[in-house]
Amino acid sequence: MNDRNEWLKTVTRRHFFRQTGFGIGGMALMSLLDERLFAAAAPADPLAPKPPHYAARAKSVIYLFMAGAPSQVDLFDEKPKLRQYDGQAIPEEFVKGERFAFIKGTPKLLGSPYAFKKCGRSAAAISDLLPHTQGIADDIAIVRSMSTTQFNHAPAQIFMNSGHQIVGRPSMGAWVTYGLGTESKDLPGFVVLLSGENQPDGGKSCWGSGFLPTVYQGVEFRSKGDPVLFLTNPDGVSVDDRRASLDTLREMNALHRGDTGDPEIDTRIASYEMAFRMQTSVPELTDLSGEPEAVKEMYGVEPGKRSFANNCLLARRLVERGVRFVQLYHRGWDNHGTGKGDDIVNRLPALCREVDQAGAALVKDLKQRGLLDSTVVVWGGEFGRTPMNEGRNNSKFLGRDHHPRAFSIWMAGGGIKGGITVGSTDELGYNPVEDPVDVHDLHATVLHLLGLGHTELIFKFQGRDYRLTDVHGNVVLPLLA
Amino acid sequence: MRSTLVAAFLLWPALARGAPDRADWKRDVQPIFQARCTRCHGAEQQRSQLRLDSRTGALRGGLSGTVVIPGDSRGSALFQRITGVLQPRMPFEGSPLPAEEIARIQAWIDAGAPGAVDTEPPDKRHWAYRKPVRPEPPVVANANWIRNPIDRFVLARLEREGLAPAPEADRETLIRRVSLDLIGLPPTLAEVDAFLADTGADAYERVVDRLLASPHYGERWARPWLDLARYADTNGYEKDRRRSAWMYRDWVIDALNRDLSFRDFTIQQIAGDLLPEATTAQKIATGFHRNTLLNQEGGIDVEEARWETLVDRVNTTASTWLGSTVACAQCHNHKFDPFSQKDYYRMLAFFDNAEYRVEGLGDVVKDKWIVEPDLELAPPEVLKKRDVLKAEAEELKKTIDASDLGAELAAWESALAPPAPRWTILHPVQSSSAYAAVLEKKKDGSVLVSGPVADKDTYTVTAKLPRGAITALRLEVLPDPSLPANGPGRSPTGNFILTRLGLRAGSEPIALVRVAADFAEDGRSVAQAIDESEDSGWGIDGQQGRAHTALFLPAQPIGGGGGALTVTLEQYTGSAKSTLGRFRLSVTSSANPWGAFAVPEEIRKVLGTPRASRSAEQTKALTDYFRPLASSLDPARVRLAQVRRELDAIPIPTAMVLRERAGSERPSTPLRVRGSYMSPGERVYAATPAFLTPLPEGRPANRLGLAYWLVDEENPLTARVAVNRAWEQLFGRGLVLTSEDFGTQGEPPTHPELLDWLATTFTSQGWSTKAIHRLMVTSATYRQSSRAAPALIERDPDNRLLARGPRFRVEAETVRDVALAVSGLLSPKVGGPSVFPDQPDGVWDNPYSKDKWTLSEGEDRYRRSLYTFVRRTAPYPMLTTFDAPSREFCTVRRVRTNTPLQALTLMNDPAFFAAAKALAGRALRDAAPQPEARAVHIFRLATARKPSAAELAPLLRFYRAQAERHAGDDAAAWTMVASVVLNLDETVTKE
Repeated sequence: MNDRNEWLKTVTRRHFFRQTGFGIGGMALMSLLDERLFAAAAPADPLAPKPPHYAARAKSVIYLFMAGAPSQVDLFDEKPKLRQYDGQAIPEEFVKGERFAFIKGTPKLLGSPYAFKKCGRSAAAISDLLPHTQGIADDIAIVRSMSTTQFNHAPAQIFMNSGHQIVGRPSMGAWVTYGLGTESKDLPGFVVLLSGENQPDGGKSCWGSGFLPTVYQGVEFRSKGDPVLFLTNPDGVSVDDRRASLDTLREMNALHRGDTGDPEIDTRIASYEMAFRMQTSVPELTDLSGEPEAVKEMYGVEPGKRSFANNCLLARRLVERGVRFVQLYHRGWDNHGTGKGDDIVNRLPALCREVDQAGAALVKDLKQRGLLDSTVVVWGGEFGRTPMNEGRNNSKFLGRDHHPRAFSIWMAGGGIKGGITVGSTDELGYNPVEDPVDVHDLHATVLHLLGLGHTELIFKFQGRDYRLTDVHGNVVLPLLA
Repeated sequence: MRSTLVAAFLLWPALARGAPDRADWKRDVQPIFQARCTRCHGAEQQRSQLRLDSRTGALRGGLSGTVVIPGDSRGSALFQRITGVLQPRMPFEGSPLPAEEIARIQAWIDAGAPGAVDTEPPDKRHWAYRKPVRPEPPVVANANWIRNPIDRFVLARLEREGLAPAPEADRETLIRRVSLDLIGLPPTLAEVDAFLADTGADAYERVVDRLLASPHYGERWARPWLDLARYADTNGYEKDRRRSAWMYRDWVIDALNRDLSFRDFTIQQIAGDLLPEATTAQKIATGFHRNTLLNQEGGIDVEEARWETLVDRVNTTASTWLGSTVACAQCHNHKFDPFSQKDYYRMLAFFDNAEYRVEGLGDVVKDKWIVEPDLELAPPEVLKKRDVLKAEAEELKKTIDASDLGAELAAWESALAPPAPRWTILHPVQSSSAYAAVLEKKKDGSVLVSGPVADKDTYTVTAKLPRGAITALRLEVLPDPSLPANGPGRSPTGNFILTRLGLRAGSEPIALVRVAADFAEDGRSVAQAIDESEDSGWGIDGQQGRAHTALFLPAQPIGGGGGALTVTLEQYTGSAKSTLGRFRLSVTSSANPWGAFAVPEEIRKVLGTPRASRSAEQTKALTDYFRPLASSLDPARVRLAQVRRELDAIPIPTAMVLRERAGSERPSTPLRVRGSYMSPGERVYAATPAFLTPLPEGRPANRLGLAYWLVDEENPLTARVAVNRAWEQLFGRGLVLTSEDFGTQGEPPTHPELLDWLATTFTSQGWSTKAIHRLMVTSATYRQSSRAAPALIERDPDNRLLARGPRFRVEAETVRDVALAVSGLLSPKVGGPSVFPDQPDGVWDNPYSKDKWTLSEGEDRYRRSLYTFVRRTAPYPMLTTFDAPSREFCTVRRVRTNTPLQALTLMNDPAFFAAAKALAGRALRDAAPQPEARAVHIFRLATARKPSAAELAPLLRFYRAQAERHAGDDAAAWTMVASVVLNLDETVTKE
């Protein structure tokens, strides 16, 4: 009997965990199983911290999304052969039947104009465009064999975030928050920060909750106006007014709770108190002026500006406060070479300057605060760029077209083996040859580091058990510490 | 074991015959087993290989042998289990059986387990796939409580569980509950007072009838239906352009208001177009399946896009009418339910016969999408006028495209030779930006732009018109080191997009008919700078960093007498900040403005080749280039522009509809291997799922047949699914909790017999939605108070047993509608195009769309939330925060969350604060001047009831403190009080 009870509890927990997506009103299982097992738990806070499936290596994620797709052959994947054959037509077998976004005819190879340095213990080659990243080579693992299936920005970004190229699936941040809840009591569990030329092409779908409850969708901290919609009291309403109004509200709601007996009112009261704390904590969080000068300098922070550096520092402050998933988007990188403004000679170095120092500072800062062990940092775009010059309309500027077959990302932090490279590409950087890693593999790996089994993190919708990794995905074992 | 089993079979008839005929399987025992045992020991599951859903099964026993020994209850394992003599006690889950039920079972066993021999083998199909059999409402002890048969089913269960129903809710609570449920709005104070004063026995029923007759009934019940229909005002995906869908929305409201039977409601939406002599309204109804997403992204495969649409139509039909989730059968046979992959494609075939065509935009080959039929809803004479103009436009276009220009072209070729005409630089007298850019005049007459840069801007430049008739305007776009990538544009790549160049002499607009440029990027020819489209414009991507020239020629030379010349440069495109950075304007009076004109490189090559040795392609390229410049075509061009303007000015409202492809062959489709549209397999023909009933006799195998099948009497699912959804709306959760899944993976119904009774009542009452709603809300079950003692909350936290009334936060739209209604702001207008109420800035920012949220004027700012424009990629934030779906796909059941973002919205959203202000104003105007009276007035408006003294105290305390703080501004203090009341849990809750 005891055994059966134990078994029942296990099954119940697992089933309960799968079903919590149906929200507070749901709790489908309760009366099918012994109500008493759960009576104390209702009503559940959908964002309350939940245990992982197994021991976690990390508890939060900072994803530095380089929207627009950076050039791997100019940054992380050095190709001497490409330089040697610069200007020659690419061999036919590579491009036969290939679809490109813009390239027409047979394109010519384009060697990187940039020098690479061998850095750190693994002597990984990193471009001189990223001197600060060179400095953290021993903390990061570079994956050179990433690939995707999409070659337009929006579907590729949505695929990279949700495992599916068409809108409607939950994003990785939503899945993680659904799986683990959040540890912050006064901030959202999944926060999105934007910088760069404009919004990512995939728009809000990149951090949407798909068919998961909307409470799991990313909350975009806006750079203009309130960081969170409706955070500020209406004109003429002071903090004291707000407190007094909330005290009145709480008193009246509590009276009604006594009258109706509905525990859901407790949740409502709590939500108002958290809203009030957010009114303080969010401005406090986004106010970087209190950070020591040395820290601001390390990131290259410019207070009051919308910048990647500011967002990196914000990201650290967010995970410090227990936020589960922080995603930064820096839109740029679409270096087609149609002009000076989007080529690899002028624009690419400028973009690197915009992100290099702050990204490296984030890793160093997390490390010195002991947060790196519990935070997964991911840096990368939605696809790569061609090893060939694009030459649209006979442009004189050097640039590269979209390339989904092979690109590079890096990861650092909780559970990631620092100072290594995983995978490799052929001599031209066109196709992966060793340890290929696809988008689903990356997702499986991030979930794994958080203690979530990618085949077990499930939500039932339209009669199907859905996963972030759909029916694919393998944890990239060489990445694990 | 086998021998005991056989022995038991042989044994029982003898015993049964000898036993006194008091107990009976069907009457005494089966209902108990059905309610408490068959979930684990029934058709779906046979734990320990035991089935208790038939007498045969009970007597047969299970894994551990016989469980019923007829005549010997104490020796029967079943009896030992339910009494706890044998562990684990049964039922394994939930509370033990009540003593009375145990006694009945004991008596039955001791009587020899009597009962008729099971004649039919037990139906092994899942309950939901069996046609509902109308059950007899059970007999209950407390018959006084019963108002209609619903209550018998509910009370019988409560009595079995040893629970009593809750007392009837207070009248204020009840009228507010039923108003929110039937029309989605709170009652007015007059309505509350009238109900309180009405002592008639049927006072409540009369309130219900009034609400059912209200035009707002259709608005309230359209809301959940529009979730199913994935109704939205845009196409979805990245571009997310607008569509004209609201007529379908209004059709739904109207159909509900006139209580169109759910049978016809279904038939018209699935196949209204195929009904004989289909009316316009019946065609508009087919908009249901036109609400699918429309993919218009660059480079998509149109076949794939159409495939996604068909798949969605199948999935949505199954979710909406069959409560079945079939998406998995797209790729393989359903793992749990009997839907096979073939069934899926048979269903899909019904939809694969609808009319569509492929259209594209401009000369960019990549952009193609699926176009399905629109219904044009304008008087015939208007349509006729439009057709005449359209034909003329076609004709003109043909003339322009086909004219032989040989001689004129030759003349132009020679005119290109130098000398260059004399160009007079227009030194701007005035120049301005419609946004906030800074336009600086340079010494060379050019204008350099700096300062804030926007996605959309219009520069206006005014200069003195030189003497002499003007024959051409020249626009030079110039590089400058201050611009990104040296310009000449201000986009990060140095490009610009000139949407339109406009010209005025004095106040008279000048039509430009000819235009040429020395360079234009693919798909952005300079001709686009004088067309009517706001989507197109001239760009020079790929040749940034250098100067380019464009010539603009009027139909007739301009002026001659001086005056002012005004040039407007409109730059209005989706691309980020593609405005001009530096430019210069000049004019000439020369009869030959073409002299020394820098034609594009490839044309120059042709011109450099002697005419005789030009290839056919070269000649064609040259002629095509020259065509827009040929003056002989000016009259045709002028007329064409005019015809197009006239065409644009004819308003033709449209509705999106389905139309069957011509031809009468049976719809079919290839099965797709593993669900991929690229892997067609065996061809399958339109048919209903094999495990359900076939198409009704005499119905065609097309969409119309499918529609009739959905509402056929033999269909076991549709009526159950429909009444369950109604129950879910009223009681907060369905009798089947998983209203989206009636399959084996869904939840079994809490009250299976009640569900079947409701389903059969629904169909026998002619599928009247209003009748079934009336039945539900007039039941004693619905009228219970929602107050609950802690013991009951602990016993039944989800109120599955219905021992109390429903208490739930209202849905997103109702949260806003309640605030508008109680503050007196709400507009009662029903129907019409979607509206744009107050929304924070920036929500619609999207790199691929220039569409802007333009605040509605007048009462349209305060319409019910179901009229709020639904943009799929940027939904109305307040609605999303309160769990409204984005309408990309069919949503059967919304989740209900309770979050701090909701609190922030109710407290601080300027729209809600404005409602608080208006509510305060109502109290100041309508209530007696004492603070108590005002506070009570506000509280009553929001909750329909008077506050208790204990509730009034904190409110008045808060008022006094605020009055002191806002000394002299009583309205401000009351606004704060009203805001607190609008934030009360009770205000946003249906009690």
